[in-house]
Amino acid sequence: MLKMNHVSITFNPGTPDAKKALDDVNLHVLPGDFISIIGANGAGKSTLFNAICGSFMPDTGTILLDGRNITLTPEHQRAKQIGRLFQDPMRGSAPDMSIEENLALASGIGGWLSRVSARDKQRFRDRLALLGMGLEDRMRQPVGLLSGGQRQALTLLMATYQIPKLLLLDEHTAALDPGTAEKVLKLTEDIVRENHITCLMITHNMQSALDLGNRTLMMHQGRIIFDTSGEERASLTVRDLTDRFRQASGRALDNDRMLLSEQA
Amino acid sequence: MELDKLLALGQTALELGLVNALTVLALFLSYSMLNVCDLSTDGCFTLGAVVGAVVALAGHPWLSLPAAMLAGMLSGLVTATLQMRMGVQSLLAGIVVNTALYSVNMAIAGNKATLSMNKTVTVFSMAKDALNGTFLAGQYKLLVLAAAAALMVVFLCLFLRTKMGLAIRATGSNADMVRSSSIDPAFTTTVGLCVSNAFTALSGCLMAQQQKNFDINMGSGMVTVALASLLIGGVIVSRRKPILRRALGAVLGAVLFRVVYALALRLQMPAFMLKAISSVIVVLAISGPYFRKQLPLMLRRRRAGREGGGPDA
Repeated sequence: MLKMNHVSITFNPGTPDAKKALDDVNLHVLPGDFISIIGANGAGKSTLFNAICGSFMPDTGTILLDGRNITLTPEHQRAKQIGRLFQDPMRGSAPDMSIEENLALASGIGGWLSRVSARDKQRFRDRLALLGMGLEDRMRQPVGLLSGGQRQALTLLMATYQIPKLLLLDEHTAALDPGTAEKVLKLTEDIVRENHITCLMITHNMQSALDLGNRTLMMHQGRIIFDTSGEERASLTVRDLTDRFRQASGRALDNDRMLLSEQA
Repeated sequence: MELDKLLALGQTALELGLVNALTVLALFLSYSMLNVCDLSTDGCFTLGAVVGAVVALAGHPWLSLPAAMLAGMLSGLVTATLQMRMGVQSLLAGIVVNTALYSVNMAIAGNKATLSMNKTVTVFSMAKDALNGTFLAGQYKLLVLAAAAALMVVFLCLFLRTKMGLAIRATGSNADMVRSSSIDPAFTTTVGLCVSNAFTALSGCLMAQQQKNFDINMGSGMVTVALASLLIGGVIVSRRKPILRRALGAVLGAVLFRVVYALALRLQMPAFMLKAISSVIVVLAISGPYFRKQLPLMLRRRRAGREGGGPDA
């Protein structure tokens, strides 16, 4: 499915501020995998996603998606196969345009001069109704009027409207209130399962990192320091994870939000 | 002021307003939709004027319109290429192209600063001949300009509803989202600037033919005039309204701007003051809403200050 071979990215190379954001990362994602990714601040989780999406080009190494080399493919060309959600619910949709217009662009249907047909609109309605947020009755309203949770749910729908091969979730529920976060996470699980989408999810919540999906990665200083799945993962607790982190990195986790969620 | 003078004044304002309306619609596309402040507008307006004049002088009045639009598109293509593919900042790209266009325009005019079209057949003279003898004969200029503005409003509204138009609007609103919809924002920006500059050039072409004269400086300050009109239109029709109403608001803004302009002239204002007036109108249209929002807070601060101590005490 997705293969990353020896991928490295250095920020500010050749200066005293040089920082290895990704350090010889090797990752083999299997079709249907749902992988959760945890790690301290600055561990390289988001940079990993940026490399996969094409926001940053790797300095060395190769990235293959379904056997095709996409290492240097421009971002918008990869977007056909890779969907992405950010922590900031505002990033995924255009605030000045209506829900309908946002969906029309995300759906990718029609040629440049085509217009949204009544049939398309009906299809948008049906899909919006699945979110259970009443958005299907507000299709002509500007997206800027929606709440953060509604916008993130809409972004999820937009990112998966054309079923992507790979879905990247970058703490996409972290900016939402707990109730909404749970709802959006549930929607994510449903959509991913129904459409058999391969998915990578960054989370700061170690419990949900273990609860969700079939495989967990831990990152530290640009490397994947722990990769677990199957029976080993099934028996892990949050305490085991923090212990593993201390072993592998030689120090305690310094992600405040992670520590908080550990206590909770 | 006698009534007929007032009517004549209104008609002139309406005519000039409608000529400008095309430039205003161009900025509606580039500034309001694409979120690019296209500073090549002045030069592009003159470019359209000179290309239209040269083609009309060569005896092709109809051809002058598409020729001017094509020239405008090319100019937009250069501006867009500079900023999307060559790393030149958006504002700077416009300024650079604007400067270069002065030379280009002089070259097209054959190293002349003015071209007279006094005896030339233009779209206006053709309309005049066609309407000769009918009751509309006196309004031929107005009819041509109103038709052009109406066509452009209709085109713009249809265009902005296509997928291309949606992508252009999204580029101005959130370029990240455009990329994740597998569309290249550089491409949408390029198309948007080409279309908007075609409008600007057409506007210049019509202005020159209406005045039967091309002047190398006729575009100077046009971007300020158009922005002022656009902002006046924005005060009349707010951003949340449908595209058609906003486009009509932009046209109305252009006409209103010319009315204010004409009134200023009536008040014995010397002609050289007009550029300053357009700048003042732009500032008023932008900071008016700002002060309206800030005023209650300022008043509260003053009151708190008078009662001694302010909020900290």
